[in-house]
Amino acid sequence: MRAFTTLTALVAPLDRANIDTDAIIPKQFLKSIRRAGFGPYLFDEWRYLDHGEPEMDCTNRPLNQEFVLNKPQYKGAQILLTRENFGCGSSREHAPWALEDYGFRAIIAPSFADIFFNNCFKNGILPIVLPAESVDRLFNEMADGYQLTIDLQAQTITTPSGQNIGFSVDENRRHRLLNGLDDIALSLQHADKIKAYEAERAKRAPWLFKEA
Amino acid sequence: MAGKTLYDKLWDDHVVHTEDDGSCLIYIDRQLLHEVTSPQAFEGLRLSGRHPWRIARNLAVADHNIPTTDRANGIADPVSRLQVETLESNCKEFGITEFHMSDIRQGIVHVVGPEQGATLPGMTVVCGDSHTSTHGASAALAFGIGTSEVEHALATQCLVQKKAKNMLIKVNGKAGPGVTAKDIVLAIIGKIGTAGGTGYTIEFGGEAIRALSMEGRMTVCNMAIEAGARAGLIACDETTMDFYHGRPYAPKGDDWNMAVRYWQKLHSDADAKFDKVVEFNAADIKPQVSWGTSPEMVLPVDANVPDPAQEADPVKRQGIERALQYMGLQAGQKITDIRLDKVFIGSCTNSRIEDLRAAAAVVKGRKKADSVKQVLIVPGSGLIKQQAEAEGLDKIFTAANFEWREPGCSMCLAMNADRLEAGEHCASTSNRNFEGRQGYGGRTHLVSPAMAAAAAIAGHFVNIAEEGA
Repeated sequence: MRAFTTLTALVAPLDRANIDTDAIIPKQFLKSIRRAGFGPYLFDEWRYLDHGEPEMDCTNRPLNQEFVLNKPQYKGAQILLTRENFGCGSSREHAPWALEDYGFRAIIAPSFADIFFNNCFKNGILPIVLPAESVDRLFNEMADGYQLTIDLQAQTITTPSGQNIGFSVDENRRHRLLNGLDDIALSLQHADKIKAYEAERAKRAPWLFKEA
Repeated sequence: MAGKTLYDKLWDDHVVHTEDDGSCLIYIDRQLLHEVTSPQAFEGLRLSGRHPWRIARNLAVADHNIPTTDRANGIADPVSRLQVETLESNCKEFGITEFHMSDIRQGIVHVVGPEQGATLPGMTVVCGDSHTSTHGASAALAFGIGTSEVEHALATQCLVQKKAKNMLIKVNGKAGPGVTAKDIVLAIIGKIGTAGGTGYTIEFGGEAIRALSMEGRMTVCNMAIEAGARAGLIACDETTMDFYHGRPYAPKGDDWNMAVRYWQKLHSDADAKFDKVVEFNAADIKPQVSWGTSPEMVLPVDANVPDPAQEADPVKRQGIERALQYMGLQAGQKITDIRLDKVFIGSCTNSRIEDLRAAAAVVKGRKKADSVKQVLIVPGSGLIKQQAEAEGLDKIFTAANFEWREPGCSMCLAMNADRLEAGEHCASTSNRNFEGRQGYGGRTHLVSPAMAAAAAIAGHFVNIAEEGA
C-alpha cells in the first residue's frame, strides 16, 4: 500500500450530503475482476451524460459540464471536500479504488459511513473528519486554485491563509498509513496468539472445530 | 460491575489480541464469499503466496451476477460470466466449498448462510457485502467488509477492529395489521436517519421484535446498515434455536446440547449499559413507502410526499429537492397516487419463504394491473423456491401474471439482466433506493412484500392496513 505522509494539493468541492457508493462507482463496473482502472468511471452517472458500461473508452463520452469534477479549475484535484455520511451504502472497495485511481488521496467531510471509512485506510486514502462548521468554512473559502496542505504525522490541515486545523486519526491506523504497511503481515505476527485462541475456543465451542 | 450487552459478550468472546490504542485482532468464525468482492482478494493471496488460514470456515456462492431465467444456457453477459467463473476457479484452487448455479442450495449469500446453519448464534460472521448485518438476527456478530479485509480474513481468520458503541432500539407493544418487519425497520431508519447508527452496533429488542419470526428478524438486521450501523443484533431465544435445529451445518447430538447451553446466554444482561437507547411504539408504525433516494426518505403510506419549502436546514432542503426531481414526484402529492411500472419481490431483505407467503396471501385470486409492465418474484434460494412450489405459491403468482424466477440478487442492484429502465417507478422489497440502484434512471420505492403485492394488483400504492389486503 502507498504510504500517506504529507500532501499539498488542489481541492474539489462536492457539496452534497449522503453520497452513496452506488454514486461513487455504479454496480456495472463491479463486474471487473481487477483492482485497477476504475478512475474513468468514478461518479459515472453524474459525470457523463450517457450510460457507462465496463471497459468503455471514456475519452469521447459526453461530459456533464455542470458536474464539479468536469470543471477545468478542479482538474488534478487530489483532495475531495464533501458533506456528511460520505460513502454510505455498500461495502464495495471499488469505491475507494475508483477515488484513488482518479487521483484522490484525501477526503474531508463532517462524517463518513463506517465501512467506506475503513476501506480508505486499506488503499492509501486519508479520510479526515472535521466538525461541520470547519467543513462549512472550507466550502466558503473555496476559490480558484484553492489548495490545502495535509500533514498526517502532525495531524493538521493548513489553509492558504496559513491557518492550521487539527484532526485526529486512530494511532494504529495512522501508523499503518504513514508507513504504508501490509495489514496481513502485521496480523500474522500474532499467528501464535491466533492458534492459542483457537485451541482455547475449541474447548468452549467444539462444534465450531469439527469441520476442519 | 454493570452487566454486559449482547454485543459486549460476542466481542469479548472473539478478542485474540489488543493493541495499545484499543484496536483488537478479532477472530472470525465464518466468512461467506460471493463473486463480486472476492476475485481481488484471492489474487492478493496468490501474489503474496499466502493460503487460507482455515479453509472450512469459508463458504462461497455466486449471487449478484446470476441470471434468474434460462439457467441452462449459462450467463449471457461475458463480463458477468467471467466473474462467476473466477469464483469457481478460485474456490477450486483453494479448496473452498461453493454452491454452484445448478445446486439447489444456491441463492443469495445472506439467505443461504442461515438456511444451511453455516452462520450460527454466537459466531462472528463476515462477508464482502454490507448486508452481512442480516446474520445478526441469530445473535451473531456479523458485518460487511471490503475486499482487502476479505483477503485479511482468508489469510488470518481474523480482522483488526475497534469496538463500536452499544445502541438499543426497543420496539414496544404489538404491531398493527399490515405492519411487517420491513415496515418496522423502515420506520426506524426514517426516524434515526441513514447515519443514525454510524459508530454503533444496534441491538433490536422489545415485544414487537421478540414476536418476529427468524425471517422477520433477518429483515430488520439486514437493514441495520441502512441506518449506518455495521452490525445489527437480536438476542437468541426459542425462536432462534427452533430455526437452527436440524440445519445441515448446525451442531448435532451432544454438540447441539452444548451449543444451546452457550446460546442461551446470548442476550443483554438486565443491568447492561447502552450508550444510546431509542424507543418506538409498534402501534404507531404504519405500512411504509420510501419516496426519495435514500432509505431515510420514507413515510407512512397514508402520508404525502414532503415539500422542500417546509424544510429549514439548507443541506436537507437541497436533498429533498434533488430527490423529488430524480423521482419525478411533486411536493405534497399523495403516496397512494404514485403509479408503478414494475414490482420486484426478492433480495436478501425480503426473499424468504415467509415473504413469499405474505405476498401470495395478498395476490391469491387477483391479477396484476394492466398498467404494471412486469412483476418479478425472485426467491432467495433454490430451497426456498422448492418450498414455495410445494405450497403452490408459484401457481398463485403466475396466475396473477407475475414472473416466477430462479434465485439470486436480481433487481435489487441490477447486476444481472433484471433492471429498471430510466424513469420507471418500482415497488421493491429490496433495501436501497439510491439513484440508479435498480437500473440507470430507475426510481425505487422500498416497501414490504405485502405492500409490493398490493401495489402490483392496484397499479399504485394502497393502504393495506385499512383495506385489510
